[in-house]
This record gives sequence, structure tokens and C-alpha cells, in this order.
Amino acid sequence: MKKLESSLKNMLLSLTGFSVVAGALLGWVNDVTAGPIAQASSKTLSDAIALVVPGFDNNPAEAPEEVEADGVVYKIYRATRDGKFVGAAVESSANGFGGPLTVLVGFDAEGNIIDYSLLSHAETPGLGSKAADWFKKGGKGDITGKNPGQAPLAVTKDGGQIDAITASTITTRAFLQAVNNAYAVYMRQDVDTSSGASQQVEEPADESQETDASSGASAQAEQEGGDYE
Amino acid sequence: MNNFKVLLNGIVKENPTFVLLLGMCPTLGTTSSALNGMGMGLATMFVLICSNVVISAIKNLVPDMVRIPIFVVVIASFVTVLQMVMQAYVPALYATLGLFIPLIVVNCILLGRAEAFACKNGPVASFFDGLGIGLGFTIALTLLGGVREFLGTGKVFGFSLMSEEYGMLIFVLAPGAFIALGYLIAIVNRLRKSES
Repeated sequence: MKKLESSLKNMLLSLTGFSVVAGALLGWVNDVTAGPIAQASSKTLSDAIALVVPGFDNNPAEAPEEVEADGVVYKIYRATRDGKFVGAAVESSANGFGGPLTVLVGFDAEGNIIDYSLLSHAETPGLGSKAADWFKKGGKGDITGKNPGQAPLAVTKDGGQIDAITASTITTRAFLQAVNNAYAVYMRQDVDTSSGASQQVEEPADESQETDASSGASAQAEQEGGDYE
Repeated sequence: MNNFKVLLNGIVKENPTFVLLLGMCPTLGTTSSALNGMGMGLATMFVLICSNVVISAIKNLVPDMVRIPIFVVVIASFVTVLQMVMQAYVPALYATLGLFIPLIVVNCILLGRAEAFACKNGPVASFFDGLGIGLGFTIALTLLGGVREFLGTGKVFGFSLMSEEYGMLIFVLAPGAFIALGYLIAIVNRLRKSES
């Protein structure tokens, strides 16, 4: 077959033709993969919830409660066993060094941290990205079993009790802020707690946000060693 | 040129990374570990083979003046298909490669091979050209990823070969990609010279 000439009619026809074929193909593939994609993402979420609040028999991923505070949307996944409330996983986020850092924190009914899972982040690989394991049980900055209601979590540099990730203090601050905020949102929501307790945590939570904002600015000036992205 | 020669040409003589220096953005961006490099290489190879075959099959239906937009439509379609399939069936790999998958569309290797090879040769030869260039790209990315992962964290493919404390963090970060790639190209050039 001879090559088509570059006349206006030929060009219009071939461009339109190929675009229609490509569009149809894409539509079909989208149809086929839409189900598995939704399944894969909900499986990632329910796996993460099972990790941070073990021992429930309902499906918390099904109906999250959404709370908006200061422009951030928090999602609370409540876990129950035999109809009894055992804890909740709270999705919270804060601004890290490279962008938003989203974390899923599991609390038991008293507000103690069970475990957490870093859902998404844009931290420096090898430095800030260590947050995925740093604060777990056995990690250097273990936060499991701690209750942010007694004292908001803070880096040792800021007078707290959590060891910051080496050369990633900004990431650590953002992570702890996300955990503290998750706790504040969780306690306000929790009907089992007396109103006195929830008012107690509200104040330190707001305070910590302010200090975080200011310490973020000073941290910029400090320019810590390793964070040079 | 027989098909085997075409295949070997893509891997050795016209290796896209070490010789043609094409597609530097994903090369530098995704090779923080050997596995990531290999995943990116294989994804690019898939798109390259598909687009090469299709473009060589339709080359007579494409008027010269609109060939570039049509090639881009073909390449972009395959990339989108790949993206949706990866998201559905290998979400973990998709999460690590992320933004670089849609960016395969603008990888100059693909349009380069379409222009330089596929629109002048038949579908079978184009298939082998896609396979060869794709393999060359995959090998180069896996090698670069392996070198960076080893120097940065002491591991290769996730297996610890030396204590992480001795790792040089810079090789996992962007500057290390340039340094490692530069030395690899120098070594490959030296080998090619001593051969000829």
C-alpha cells in the first residue's frame, strides 16, 4: 500500500480515526480495571486499620466519620468487637519537609496509642522517610502506649520526650503534630469520655499547633544538616 | 539486518542510557533501588514494544505532516493502559513509581524509536527493536539502581550485603544519581573502546 498523501482530508480522517480507536480502547480498559483499582485501594486501607487497631470484628473502613478542623479533614474509623467500642484509627495529616504527610494512628478506648501507619508522605528518602518505622515499638522514638492527653508528644529539642529522627527534625515535628491532632479529634468525638477530659485535651492541642507553626519557621532558619532537598 | 542483530544493537551498540543518553529523567529519578529501576525499565519496555509494533503497522495510513501527533496518541494510549493495569494489579509498585509512569509518554526513547526505526521498518523488526532497546534500558536502570542502592544503603534488591551504617546517603538522593550515572557511562565507554 502506498503512503497516504498529506492532504487536509487525509490528515483529518487519520487523526480522527486514530483518536477514536484510542479513546474506545482506553474506555474499555478503564471499565475493566475500575473494580480492581477500587478493591486494591480499600484493601490497603483496611490492612492499615487492622495493623493499628487489632482485635475488631466490624468493618471500620466502611463508614468513616469525617471531621474538619483548620482546613484539614480527619477521618475516624471506629472499631468494635461484639458491639463494644475497642478503639479507633484516625487518619490525620500535617505538613512535613517535602509536602503533606498522612498518618493513620490507632488509639484504644482510653486514648493510648496502639500503633500507627504512614499512609503517604513526600519526605527525603533515607532521612525523613524513616518515619515509617522510627516511632514504632522498638524504634528509637517509640510512641506506642503513650497517651497524648497526659502530655502532647514533642521532640526532645522542644522539651518533649520523643527522640527526633536523625537530621529530620522537621519531619518529626510534623509527624508528632499529626498524631497530637488525631488524638484531639478522636477525644472530642468520643462519647465514652467525660466532657471534662475532652476539654482538657483541646487546649494543649491548639497550643501545640501554634508552637508548631512558630518552630517550623525557626527550623527553616536553622537549616538542619541533612535536610537538603 | 536480521532480527537478532536488531535486538543486540539495542542492548549494546545503541544502549539508550549509556550510549544514546536518551530518557535521562526517569533514569535519574526512579533508580533509588535496583527493584525500582527494573520496574521502570520493564514498564518502558512494554510501552516501547507495543508502540513500535502498532506504529510500524499503521505507518502507511499516517500522512507525514500529522505523524508526530498520531505517534503521541498511540504512545499515550499504551501508557494510560499500563498505568491503569498497574494500579489495579500491582498497587505497591505503582505507588513507588508513581508520577514516572505517566511521564513515560514524554520519554524521548519512545518517540525516538518510532521516528528512527518503526516508521521505516516492518512490525516484526520493530518488535525486536523495541525488545532490544527496552532490554538495554532495563539493564541500564537495574544496574544504576543496584549501584546506588548498594552504595547508599548497603543492600541490593533488598538483601543486605553490608551494614547500613556504612552507606553513603548521597547515592540514594538525586546528586548521587548523577555521580553514579557519570561513572557508569565512563566505565561503559572504556569497555567499548578496548573492544574496538
